[in-house]
Amino acid sequence: MKNESIKVFQRKKKNILELWMTNQLADQGLREDLMSNEDLRAQSEELVSAFIDTLDDVTINDGRATAFEKVLDILSGISISRAKQGYSPRETGIFVLSLKDALQQVLRDEIKDVAVLYDQSQKISKIIDSFSIETFETFIKGREEVILRQTDEISEISTPVIRVWDNIVALPIIGTLDSARTQVVMESLLQEIVETGSNIAILDISGVPTVDSLVAQHLIKTVSATRLMGAECIISGIRPEIAQTVVHLGIDLTNIITKSTLASALKAAFAMQQLEVVKRQRQNNMVVNN
Amino acid sequence: MSILKEQDVVPFRNRVKEYAVKTGMGIVNQTKLITAASELVRNMLLYAKGGIALIEVVSRGRENGIRLTFADKGPGIADIKLALKDGYSSGKSLGLGLPGAKRLVSEFDIQSQVGKGTTVTIIKWKNG
Ligand SMILES: Nc1ncnc2c1ncn2[C@@H]1O[C@H](COP(=O)(O)OP(=O)(O)O)[C@@H](O)[C@H]1O
Ligand SMILES: [Mg+2]
Repeated sequence: MKNESIKVFQRKKKNILELWMTNQLADQGLREDLMSNEDLRAQSEELVSAFIDTLDDVTINDGRATAFEKVLDILSGISISRAKQGYSPRETGIFVLSLKDALQQVLRDEIKDVAVLYDQSQKISKIIDSFSIETFETFIKGREEVILRQTDEISEISTPVIRVWDNIVALPIIGTLDSARTQVVMESLLQEIVETGSNIAILDISGVPTVDSLVAQHLIKTVSATRLMGAECIISGIRPEIAQTVVHLGIDLTNIITKSTLASALKAAFAMQQLEVVKRQRQNNMVVNN
Repeated sequence: MSILKEQDVVPFRNRVKEYAVKTGMGIVNQTKLITAASELVRNMLLYAKGGIALIEVVSRGRENGIRLTFADKGPGIADIKLALKDGYSSGKSLGLGLPGAKRLVSEFDIQSQVGKGTTVTIIKWKNG
């Protein structure tokens, strides 16, 4: 015996879609700015068809049945694209949950036996609930992808190598120097040294809040790599509290040239280049011409 | 606060800083405490795949301070004395985390049982 609701749904596919669309459009939070009504309709129709085609006496009892794979694929696609477009979880939730309303409305109109109606309605409710859980999981995954992408972008923009003078490059580090970040910092620094033929690199850590042994190890590694390239590396921006902490930790930075400020690092770099910055003497306007 | 991934390190350090600022701790002691916390939390992640970190405000007489507890259910440390030696590391890092953290704080306690886990408790007094 076929479940009553399956027969109803197959017969009333069009009605369900209409009801669902009405439910969705009635929601005040609907984002017409993000998606046109036609697109929404196309998405909804695809989902309704896939859902009803998959429903049978077995799957109706199990929202997580593998047969629903196609439905879940469509849902995931919708959910992920919504997450990336900036939909709120509420809007995405309503998308799925308002389908439940539509389905139950149709059942209520078509099934007269109250006991059967209750039983069928319960089954449908369970399936849609399990779909919405799935939807939320993928929605969050979509958001996480966005965050990961931003993290990548940030780590790239936050490592600008600056050519401060002929043969001198500087790299201000802002934030935490974790392993991934160190890799990016080191690569862009070494690359810039090669490109500019610089022989002095200044690594400014005024923007690094905490220097623990891991960060220190990363710094030491970066200095060694720079030296292997034939350039000298100066670490600047060591605040007094960082200096004290590093000493207590037991980190040995005696082999590294360190300066408290970027200005003093630059001065040291000039000295190493045999450059001298002097204040210009006020010129005498009178030129004596003999 | 549960610490399960590298991304938990920075928020945890920020929480420690908030507490330290609230007790009126100076910038040098703040930095020392946060650095010690950073070492212990990283150890927990690296060697025990994470654990629980607890932040408390404590007082003794007129002195206020922050107590941090790091508890994990990792492999434990067989030789605590060795682990506390400067430069000892079972991995490829500097081996300064435990001994360094100990020097940076006012009180340091470590309990560990092989196969059961490790708990490190530190206190930094405001003027300590
Ligand atoms: N929570 C922990 N669980 C298990 N082993 C640990 C833990 N913390 C530290 N250890 C052990 O103690 C050693 C010393 O730690 P540490 O002083 O921080 O140096 P490092 O982390 O550089 O190796 C580590 O190499 C590790 O073997
Ligand atoms: Mg360590």
